[in-house]
Amino acid sequence: MRVAVQREDFDLGAEVRAISRDSKVGAVASFVGLVRDVRMTLEHYPGMTENAIRKIVDQAGSRWQVMDCTVIHRYGELAPNDQIVLVAVASAHRGDAFAACEFIMDYLKTQAPFWKKEHRAGGASWVEAKAADDEAAERWKP
Amino acid sequence: MKIKVLFFASLREQLGRPGEELELPPNIDTIGGLRDHLRARGGAWSSAFAPNRAVRAAVNQDMAQPAAAIKAGDEIAFFPPVTGG
Repeated sequence: MRVAVQREDFDLGAEVRAISRDSKVGAVASFVGLVRDVRMTLEHYPGMTENAIRKIVDQAGSRWQVMDCTVIHRYGELAPNDQIVLVAVASAHRGDAFAACEFIMDYLKTQAPFWKKEHRAGGASWVEAKAADDEAAERWKP
Repeated sequence: MKIKVLFFASLREQLGRPGEELELPPNIDTIGGLRDHLRARGGAWSSAFAPNRAVRAAVNQDMAQPAAAIKAGDEIAFFPPVTGG
């Protein structure tokens, strides 16, 4: 399992290959989040961020068969089309890989301490949290 | 007791500081109590911690509810609802 919070970009192909080497792995589901049309700065809480993501990955591992998992989240200055976040889950079968990947992403949205500030022509503003993100995380409650 | 308080994102900007070391009176021993204590400073503090403002908290880097206890040496963080991903 690998959790990284970094300024640098990542390579989806390399990350997927890295968790696919075990011959028992039959499925890898991955998600990449991108910056849409606005330049932004991402702030985080060093230390807590990594711990919070690790806890989410552990929860996923207790509900689904997760053979390996990589989560990378970037911070700092990001431009339109830049990659922000990667979640990749390796499992024996696709059901577990899909579910764990979506669960991790939904929980990360509401539990990992990141904040986006958008830079528009009129000035900079902090992005407001969305109720839809809380609802997405809520539906995984047992 | 002495604690460390951190502020992030819009809260940090509004309060004009990333955090501070704080000596708490003994009757303040929960996250909710600390929030009220900070709000009572007035000015930017009263709007940043206004009751209708969505503020989340963490104790020693773990998300915490208002009833969560505070003890000496804790690292308490206040921040707006998260918007990563």
